[in-house]
Amino acid sequence: MKAAEFQAIYVMWLRQMKRFIRSKSRLVSTIVQPLFFLLILGSGFRVATFEGVNDYLSFLAPGIVTMAILFSSMFTGISVLWDKQFGFLQEVLVAPISRFSIIIGRTLGGATVALIQGVIILLIALGLGVEISGVFGLLLTLVFMILIAFTAVGFGLVIASKMEDFQGFQLIMSLLIMPLLFLSSAFFPVTANPTMKTIAIFNPLFYMVDGLRGSLVVNVATVNHPLLDLLVVVVMCIIMMGAGSYLFSKSEV
Amino acid sequence: MDIIKTDNLTKKFNDLTAVDNISFSVKKGEIFGFLGPNGAGKTTTIKMLTTLLHPTNGSAKISDFNIVKDRDKVRKNIGVVFQEPALDTELTGGENLDYHARMYGIGRNKRKTRIEDVLHLVDLEDKRDVFVKNYSGGMKRRLEIARGLMHYPNVLFLDEPTLGLDAQTRRAIWEYIKKMNKEEGTTIFLTTHYMDEADYLCDRVGIIDHGKILVIDSIENLKNSVGNDVITLSCSDLDGLIKRLEKEDWIENIERHESLLTLGVEKGDEKIPVIIEISQSQNIQIKSISVRKPTLDDVFLHFTGRTIRNQETADIKIPPRFRSRMG
Ligand SMILES: Nc1ncnc2c1ncn2[C@@H]1O[C@H](COP(=O)(O)OP(=O)(O)OP(=O)(O)O)[C@@H](O)[C@H]1O
Ligand SMILES: [Mg+2]
Repeated sequence: MKAAEFQAIYVMWLRQMKRFIRSKSRLVSTIVQPLFFLLILGSGFRVATFEGVNDYLSFLAPGIVTMAILFSSMFTGISVLWDKQFGFLQEVLVAPISRFSIIIGRTLGGATVALIQGVIILLIALGLGVEISGVFGLLLTLVFMILIAFTAVGFGLVIASKMEDFQGFQLIMSLLIMPLLFLSSAFFPVTANPTMKTIAIFNPLFYMVDGLRGSLVVNVATVNHPLLDLLVVVVMCIIMMGAGSYLFSKSEV
Repeated sequence: MDIIKTDNLTKKFNDLTAVDNISFSVKKGEIFGFLGPNGAGKTTTIKMLTTLLHPTNGSAKISDFNIVKDRDKVRKNIGVVFQEPALDTELTGGENLDYHARMYGIGRNKRKTRIEDVLHLVDLEDKRDVFVKNYSGGMKRRLEIARGLMHYPNVLFLDEPTLGLDAQTRRAIWEYIKKMNKEEGTTIFLTTHYMDEADYLCDRVGIIDHGKILVIDSIENLKNSVGNDVITLSCSDLDGLIKRLEKEDWIENIERHESLLTLGVEKGDEKIPVIIEISQSQNIQIKSISVRKPTLDDVFLHFTGRTIRNQETADIKIPPRFRSRMG
């Protein structure tokens, strides 16, 4: 690969980072929103007893981390629409660099931002007394976080290349992502209800939440072994990234 | 030497032919302009030449590189300033330039000096560290032109470079364009629907309408093609006068334009008395008559049968109270 391609990846990455750091509102909202979830749901359901859950906050924390990474990364993918609308995409597309580098740079940028947010929430959860498993568990958690970020960026790219405006994005968020999130065991276990358990098998987000939970925390039972979840998430990640970059490379301006 | 050469270039959007079999060439070092009204196909042509759109038919070469097969080489050789702004407004002017230079593989030291150079060219040195969202429209345009030049392109494409800017800023931008054409030897392909812009900047102009090139020539030749002088007149019986004047072979062309008649002639001031005499003999009353040097407006009218200005104001409604004054 030529030096200019690495520069292009770096530029795309750097741009995402600068925009993230400079956008105070995004910085605040992406951290405050999950924090509210953690605190409000955490204290609200603390007294409720779920089967196999000894400590509700430990149960909830992985769900919130997944949610934060998902939203942030999807936003990165979708923001291609912004660049299209504000014309900047043309500037990138006439440069003598491959579209592959553009995608890689953007995805790495989005994933880095999402990871920073995920880690911050993780630290907050630790501060609130969530007990985590050992070093290996933490490493596996990190792998899950990266995979979730990439998958969601890919999904965002798919939406961005199929949608003309942001209304479509709103629709997908409220009609698809939110229900999937509620049925993913992020906020409450799905094992008690057989219908929910069946639905979960077909819910991509379920494997992300279950896997992250299994690798991160102790005191909480999971449905699958984390490594089984990992396998599913890897496959989804490859499919989504593939579809996202294919559609992006086909798009004309 | 031809730096741009197109061969029956065509672009269709479904059943609309936006660019229709155009063939032309641009010489190295010249300022070439596409002059045409809204929807003529100017932007579509630029997007094909800059590899953003695939031609439906035909081909084109830039610096001998095919725009479809050697996309990367074409991209290295060109700079583009799009019709719509294409800056990242969340970054500073300097960052926009720096990121651009990196994508074109320019090394660290070169980047630094080149950023200074191009900012100097468009008088934006003191705005380097200001966020682009705080720039004025004219400053953004100048920054884009500077960015287009960062990587020493052989050809710079400018799509309506002064659209929506005030008279002063337009003048300034024209000067920058002339300067970079002269100092850096950049070939310039620009599109515009401003006559004065084409007149002032371009060595050669192509008039494009409905996706077709109607004529390509130097400004000088284009103006001569409508006659050395243009006589404009209005009279009581336009049709009658046209019929009579068609017999006179010293009139190079006659064009009717609503209530006006324009005639292309040699030595216009000497012909005015002749025309008045002729019309009196036909019992036709001349209401007004004037002579002037031809402008690009006349050229455009000649080749398209309408003026650009006419077309733009056609759908602007004039409030009743102004009508009498304007009529
Ligand atoms: N992506 C597209 N899909 C469908 N039609 C298009 C598309 N882009 C342009 N057109 C049509 O092609 C024609 C030429 O458009 P183009 O943008 O090239 O005109 P233009 O000469 O640049 O006009 P303007 O002066 O308004 O910028 C127009 O009729 C336009 O509606
Ligand atoms: Mg245009």
